[in-house]
Amino acid sequence: MLKIEDVSMTFNENTPDEKKALQRINLELEKGEFVTVIGSNGAGKSTLMNVISGSLIPDVGDVYINDQNVVHLPEYKRSKMIGRVFQDPMAGTAPSMTIEENLAMAYARDKKRKLVPGVNKKRKDHFREYLETLNLGLEDRLNAKVGFLSGGERQALSLLMATFTEPYILLLDEHTAALDPSRAELITKITKDVVAKFGLTTMMVTHNMQQALDLGDRLFMMDKGQIIFDIKGEEKQNLTIKNLLDEFQRIRGKQIESDRAVLG
Amino acid sequence: MLIALFGAVESGVIYAIMALGVYLSFRVLDFPDLTVDGSFVTGAGISAILIVNGTSPVIATLIGALAGFIAGCLTGLLHTAGKINALLAGILMMIALYSINLRFMGQPTVSLLNESTLISQIQSAWASTGIDTGLNAVLQALGADRVPTTWGIFIVMTVLTVVIKFLLDYFLKTEIGLAIRATGDNQKMIRSLSANTNFLIIVGIGLSNALVALSGALVGQLGGFANLNMGIGMIVIGLASVIIGEALFGKKTITRVTLAVILGAIVYRIVVTLALRVDFLESSDLKLITAVLVIAALVTPKVLQARREKKRRLAKRAALVEQKEREASA
Repeated sequence: MLKIEDVSMTFNENTPDEKKALQRINLELEKGEFVTVIGSNGAGKSTLMNVISGSLIPDVGDVYINDQNVVHLPEYKRSKMIGRVFQDPMAGTAPSMTIEENLAMAYARDKKRKLVPGVNKKRKDHFREYLETLNLGLEDRLNAKVGFLSGGERQALSLLMATFTEPYILLLDEHTAALDPSRAELITKITKDVVAKFGLTTMMVTHNMQQALDLGDRLFMMDKGQIIFDIKGEEKQNLTIKNLLDEFQRIRGKQIESDRAVLG
Repeated sequence: MLIALFGAVESGVIYAIMALGVYLSFRVLDFPDLTVDGSFVTGAGISAILIVNGTSPVIATLIGALAGFIAGCLTGLLHTAGKINALLAGILMMIALYSINLRFMGQPTVSLLNESTLISQIQSAWASTGIDTGLNAVLQALGADRVPTTWGIFIVMTVLTVVIKFLLDYFLKTEIGLAIRATGDNQKMIRSLSANTNFLIIVGIGLSNALVALSGALVGQLGGFANLNMGIGMIVIGLASVIIGEALFGKKTITRVTLAVILGAIVYRIVVTLALRVDFLESSDLKLITAVLVIAALVTPKVLQARREKKRRLAKRAALVEQKEREASA
């Protein structure tokens, strides 16, 4: 479903600030696979996400979605196939527009936008059904402006908007990091449910090791622009935080220092 | 006095079309577009020169609006493809249009006095209906000593403006319209929902300037001439209409704001007309009056809000003191 071949990306090349964000990344995700990505700050997780979504064009390498090379497809065209949820709960929704209008925009994602009303009776019923699955009571507030919702509610709505058109790929970029623990837990649960419900091929970046272990059926550990550890199936299910830290030390010959607190 | 106010409302309704255009760029797309000063003249100038050369006034007016659309699209292109700051893109286009408008018009002023214009056609068609006599009889019964020469322009232009308002309302709720609104609200988000924001900005600014140019074409025909300098300060008048309208009539929903903008344009004309009747103000003070109006419309709601808040807090504080006293005595 998603294949990345020999993708490299360097920022500020040939300057003292040169940063090799991605170094010959190769990976392949099967349809329905749910991979969590961990790694310290600057490991290249976000760059990888941005290369897949099209916000960044890699220096070299190719990105295939559903066997189509999309590396030169502009972001807005690629996003027909990709659902995304950002870290900032404010980033995924339009605050001055209503809940139903936001959903209508997400609904039009994989279609050609036309001069027909974005919200109609039939769609409204659809939206209400989808919102009910969140259990946040948003289905009764279709005409409320999204700006009045709390961060957790907005993130839940973003998640719904990113998934209900069943995109080929779902990208989650630390989408629970800006929420309080109970809200983060709620969003994590919703994530689990929707990914399972639609069988979405998902890549989730997280700083929370426990979350990376609990969710998904595959795990990448990134460091210095490389995927240094890739584990799936039963092995992944039996993984513990200690295993992960030991593994990092074995591969890199040093401990995870600065981010250890965050990662735990 | 009555005649002057009638004239103010009459032209206010036409300027309202321009204000709707400014609303589309300034509020919906969050794009402070200064092209307006130029595209207003483009609409007036091109339609005027076409009329003088014998084109039918309806076609000439539509071509004027189309020219505004193209000018707006160019500003949008400068901003999106050229990655030029929105303000600067508008200023560049405004300056360029000054020369372009002069090229089209051939001279700084094109007179329409002896031409058959959309306005004169409406006037003569209207006169044959005889509705004026009835309306004026009502006015005279109410005690007016002088009555408007024609109601036709006012009524037809009101219908046109309201039709444009409803079309705009509808458009902003379509799938494309929603995407345009989201482009002004959260570009990152709507791009992640597969909208080509560059295209939407270009089309949106194009439509905005089409409305501005349409308004310019009608204003030119109403006044009987198109002048190279008639667009100076137009953006501020547009902003004044939007801001006054929103402050007086609310901005809760799209339908409400577009109505507020139209009423704002009319209120603006009325206030200016009244201000110019004050003895010590001269017509050259018009721009100053406009600036003061916009400042007042921007500042007053905030001051009122702050005062309300203060009152509310004082009331709460008094209530707390009272409650404490009650608790102490109990």
